[in-house]
Amino acid sequence: MAKNQPETIKYMRVKPATNVFISLLFILLALMCFLPALLVLIVSFSSEQSVLTNGYSFFPDEFSLASYAYLAKQTGYIGRAFLNSIGITIVGTFFGLFTTSTMGYALSRPNYRLRGFFTWYIFIPMLFSGGLVASYMINAQILGLKDTYWALILPICCSSFYCIVMRTFFQTSVPDAIIESAKIDGARQIRIFAQIVLPISLPAIATIGLFLTFAYWNDWMMAKYYLSSNVQDKFPLQYVLISLEDNISFLTRNKDKMGAEAAANLPSETIRMAMVMVSVLPIACSYPFFQKYFVSGLTIGAVKG
Amino acid sequence: MSKKSGAARKNNGASSGSSFDNLELFLIHLPTTIWYFIFCYLPMFGIVIAFKDYKVRPGRSFIWNLFVNSKWAGLNNFQGLIKSSYFATMLRNTIVYNIIFIILGIVIPVTLAILFNELYSKKLAKVCQTMMFLPHFLSWVVISYFVYAFLATDRGLVNNIARSLGIVSRDAPKHQWYLDENFWKYFLVFLNQWKGLGYGMVVYMASIAGIDHEMYEAALIDGATKWQQTKFITLPMLRPIISIMFIMSVGNIFRSDFGLFYQATRNSGSLTNITQTIDVYVFKALLERPNINFSSAASLLQSVAGCITIVAANLIVKKIDPEAGMF
Repeated sequence: MAKNQPETIKYMRVKPATNVFISLLFILLALMCFLPALLVLIVSFSSEQSVLTNGYSFFPDEFSLASYAYLAKQTGYIGRAFLNSIGITIVGTFFGLFTTSTMGYALSRPNYRLRGFFTWYIFIPMLFSGGLVASYMINAQILGLKDTYWALILPICCSSFYCIVMRTFFQTSVPDAIIESAKIDGARQIRIFAQIVLPISLPAIATIGLFLTFAYWNDWMMAKYYLSSNVQDKFPLQYVLISLEDNISFLTRNKDKMGAEAAANLPSETIRMAMVMVSVLPIACSYPFFQKYFVSGLTIGAVKG
Repeated sequence: MSKKSGAARKNNGASSGSSFDNLELFLIHLPTTIWYFIFCYLPMFGIVIAFKDYKVRPGRSFIWNLFVNSKWAGLNNFQGLIKSSYFATMLRNTIVYNIIFIILGIVIPVTLAILFNELYSKKLAKVCQTMMFLPHFLSWVVISYFVYAFLATDRGLVNNIARSLGIVSRDAPKHQWYLDENFWKYFLVFLNQWKGLGYGMVVYMASIAGIDHEMYEAALIDGATKWQQTKFITLPMLRPIISIMFIMSVGNIFRSDFGLFYQATRNSGSLTNITQTIDVYVFKALLERPNINFSSAASLLQSVAGCITIVAANLIVKKIDPEAGMF
C-alpha cells in the first residue's frame, strides 16, 4: 500500500510504531464494544445445565439450541411481543416520516410567509419542555392514551431535530429549477411535494426512516409509562425483557415465599438471553449496511440549518 | 384554479408568494403543527400542576381533580422539595455526572477521531468503526442484560473468572456488584462512554475529513510535527463543531439518561444514593411512590433551569466565536 501512495502523503503519515499503537488501541476498543454482545450470544446457545453449573462463560460445556426452539414455539406472550414491536415500529416510522417531511418541506420554501414563525414554533420545544409530569397527565388522562398502542407511537413520532435535518436537505439538495418549472406548469404545492420533491429525497427519507425504525424498536420508556400489567398483550419486546427482569428480581427476593411452581414458570437463563438476542439481532445485523446513511444524517444535522 | 396559474405565469417563474401557495404550505404542515400543539405545547400549560396541591378524588376526571379539587399551593411544592433530603442528592448526582460526561464526551471522541484518521489500514479502520458503533444501537434494556452477564453475583463472568484465575480465593463470598456503590460510581461513567463512543467519534471524524489538506501540506513544509499540526490546524478547525456539541451538552445539564441510571443498574435500591438523578426522581415520584406535587415541581425546575442554561451557553459561545452557536 505504501508503494502506491504519492510521496507527500507518505510524509504526512505518523511513524509506523505510532500506527501500531493506534491500531492496537482501536482493536481493543472495538473488542470492548463487541465482546459483551458476543458473550450473550454464546450464552443463548449454551445449554441451560452448563449455565447453572458454571455460570456465564464464553466457553460453555455444551451448546444447545433448546432456548431458541422454546422461543420458536412461543406463540404466547413472547411471539406477541415480537409482533407488537414490529407493528409499532412500522406505524411509528410512517408517522414520523410523514410529520417530519411535511414540516421540513414547508419550512424549506423561501417564499412561505409563515416560515420564520413556524421555525421558532418547532424550535422552542427543543429548549423548554413541559416535563414528564405534565406530559404524562395529558397523554394518560386527557388524551386517554393509557394502555393503548397509540401511547407507544404518537408522543415520540416527531422530532424538531429531524424536521431541521429534512429542511436543510430540501433546501440544499432539491434544485430550485425543478420546483419553479413545476410551478410554471401550474402544479400545486402539495403535488410538487408528493410527486416531485419526495421521490428525489429518498436518501434523506431513508436516513430519517432508519433513525426512527431503530428508535421505535428499542423504545421501552413509553411502555413503562403508559402500559399497565392489564394489557400484557400490548407489550413490545423490549418491555417484556424489562418485566422479566423485574419478575426475576422479585422472585429472587421472595424465593422462600413463592412456590417452586412460580419459579419454574420463569424463562431460564439461556432463554432470557435468547430473547435479548432476538431483540438485538435485527438491528445488529442491519446497521453496518446503513452506516453510510447514519453518518451523513448526523453530519447534515450537526451543521446549523 | 386559473387564478393561481395566471398569477404564476405573470411572475414568470420567480417565487410568487401567492396567498394560495402559503395556504397550501400551511395545510401541508398542519398535521405536524397539531402534533406539536398536543404533545409539546399543551404540556407546557401542564406546569400549573406544580403550583397546586394535587389531590385526586377517584372517579373524577383529571381536569376536575386539578382545577376544582386541588388547592392553589403557590411555591409550597418547591419549598417542600428543596428542603427534602433527596433534593441535594439528585441535584448533585445529575450535575456532577453531567459535568464528567460533558468533558469526557468531548475529549475522548475528539482524541479518538484524530487518532483514527491516522490509521494506515483503512480496512481495519472500517471494521473497528462498525464494531464501535454497535453500543449506540442497543437499548439500555439490552445493555442491562449484557452487564448482568458479567456482574451477576452467582453466575456472572467476572466473579467466576476472578475465582478461577485465583484473584479471589474460592472461599470468599462472591462479590455482590449490584450493591457496590463505589464500583458503580465509576462504572456508570464507563457505561455512558461505552455507549456514546461510536456516535461521538463519527461527528468529529466527518469534520476532520472536511479539513483542507493543503493546510497540512503547508505546515509540513514549514517543518511542523504531527502534534503541532494537530494543535494549530485540526483543533482550531474543529472549534465550531466542538462548540455546538458543547452547547448542546451543557444545555442538557439538568437532564440525564434515564436508561443508564435506572435500567442498567436494575433499579438496585442500594445504589439509589448515586443513581437518583432528577429524571429518575421525577419518574419514581410520579409512577412508583407517587408524590405528584414534588415530582411536578422537580420537573418544572428541570425545564426552566435547562432552558436558562442552553440560552446562556449559546450566548457565551457566540461571544467566543460569532460564527458558532445554535441561534
